[in-house]
Amino acid sequence: MIVLESIVKYFHKGSVNEVFALDDISLHIDEGDFVTVIGSNGAGKSTLLNGIAGGFFVDSGQISIAGNDVTAWPEYKRARLISRVFQDPLLGTCPSATLEQNMALAGLRGKRRGLSRGVKGRDRDRFRTALEQLGLGLEDRLLDKVGLLSGGQRQALTMLMATMIKPDVLLLDEHIAALDPKTASQILTLTQDIVENQNLTTLMITHNMKHAIGFGNRLIMLHQGRILLDLRGDEKKNLTVKDLLEQFYRAQGEELAMDSMLLN
Amino acid sequence: MTFYAALGAVEQGLVYGIMVIGVYLTFRILDFPDLTVDGSLPLGAAISAVAITSGVNPYLSLVLALAGGFVAGMATAFLNTRFKILHLLASILTMIALYSINIRIMSGPNVALLGVNTVFDPVIQLGVPAHYAGIVVFGLFAVVVLAGIIWFLGTELGQAILATGDNQQMIRSLGVNTDTIIILGVGLSNGLVALSGALVAQNQGAADVGMGIGTIVAGLASVIIGETVFGCRTIARAFIAALLGSVVYRLAIALALGAELGGFRFNPSDLNLITAILVIGALIAPNLKKRLIER
Repeated sequence: MIVLESIVKYFHKGSVNEVFALDDISLHIDEGDFVTVIGSNGAGKSTLLNGIAGGFFVDSGQISIAGNDVTAWPEYKRARLISRVFQDPLLGTCPSATLEQNMALAGLRGKRRGLSRGVKGRDRDRFRTALEQLGLGLEDRLLDKVGLLSGGQRQALTMLMATMIKPDVLLLDEHIAALDPKTASQILTLTQDIVENQNLTTLMITHNMKHAIGFGNRLIMLHQGRILLDLRGDEKKNLTVKDLLEQFYRAQGEELAMDSMLLN
Repeated sequence: MTFYAALGAVEQGLVYGIMVIGVYLTFRILDFPDLTVDGSLPLGAAISAVAITSGVNPYLSLVLALAGGFVAGMATAFLNTRFKILHLLASILTMIALYSINIRIMSGPNVALLGVNTVFDPVIQLGVPAHYAGIVVFGLFAVVVLAGIIWFLGTELGQAILATGDNQQMIRSLGVNTDTIIILGVGLSNGLVALSGALVAQNQGAADVGMGIGTIVAGLASVIIGETVFGCRTIARAFIAALLGSVVYRLAIALALGAELGGFRFNPSDLNLITAILVIGALIAPNLKKRLIER
């Protein structure tokens, strides 16, 4: 479904601030895979997702999604294939538009937008039914502006909007990190329901090792722009947080050891 | 203020109201402060005046003016989206360029429209007294433009324009090319401004290269007055408020110019200063209010 071939990305190339963000990443993700992505800050997790979504063009390498070579596609064009939920609940919705307007916008993801009504009468029932599934009482607030909703409500709405048209790839960039623990677990349950029901190919970044192990069928650990660990199937199932932490620190330890060797 | 002064102010308010609707579209909806309007207003006037004096139907000349303004707006938006020139600077560049272009179009700094057909003739022929013709025509145009823009912003495409002004990242990840949307929106805005300029020229009997000076300031003043007086809770209401704000603004100006304090009177040339102070006041008022409450 997603094929990354030798993806390389520098930021501020050629300046003193040069950052080697993605270091020759190759990755094949099958249809229906639910991949959790972990790694320390600056490991390249968000950069990887952003690179797939088209937030920037990679310096070299090739990206293909669902059989399309999207390497040179701008972000808006890749949106035909990709849905995203961001860490910041404010990024996924339009605050000054109503719930139904937001959902109608998402209902046209990747399609031509013409001169027929933005929100059509026949959509409303569909929107209401979808909102009922959230169990947040939002189905009665179709005409409220989204800016009036809480962060958790907005993120739940964003999840719903991201999957109104089944995406070929769903990208979740720490989408529960900015929420309180209770809301976060609600959104996470919602995520799992949606992903399982629609059998979505998903990449989910998380900082929570338990979530990384407990969700999905594949786990990737990134470190300094490289894939350090790639576990799937039973290997992933039998993983414990302790194993993962050990691997994590071993990876960092090696870096430290190399650094100290260099410095000596 | 005499009855005729008030009539004139309402007339001006309606015709410049079409410009204010355009300014609202860029300034508030797209969050794109656009100074192109100071050039696209006389551009519309110039195109319409030259077309009419060359024998083109006055109504058709409005379409040409609208198209000309649209292209001017597209130029600004293109500079901004394609070459990442700051929106303010891009619009100033287009505005300056339009000064020369307008003189080229008119082969001089102005074109008189005396003894030619205008959009008012059919209305006067219908039996409307000449001094009401302006209000009737401008009122009609303003209402049609108002209804059109409110309808348009409710369409799928219009909703994408609203979303672009609200949350670019979101709407881009829903598959909308925000650059195209900005070009379309700023183009439409300047098309309306040029239409307004064309109507003004036909009303005052001349197009002049200097008639656009201060357009943006008058536009902003009207927008802010409209929002303050009439509110802006929904899109429809906000645009109606922008149009009415323009009328209130022109009435306020007429009042100020007619007022006499002891021996002091305002000159028409004081208008820009009054407007600037009005806009500054309206812009800093919310800020001052917040600070006072915090204390």
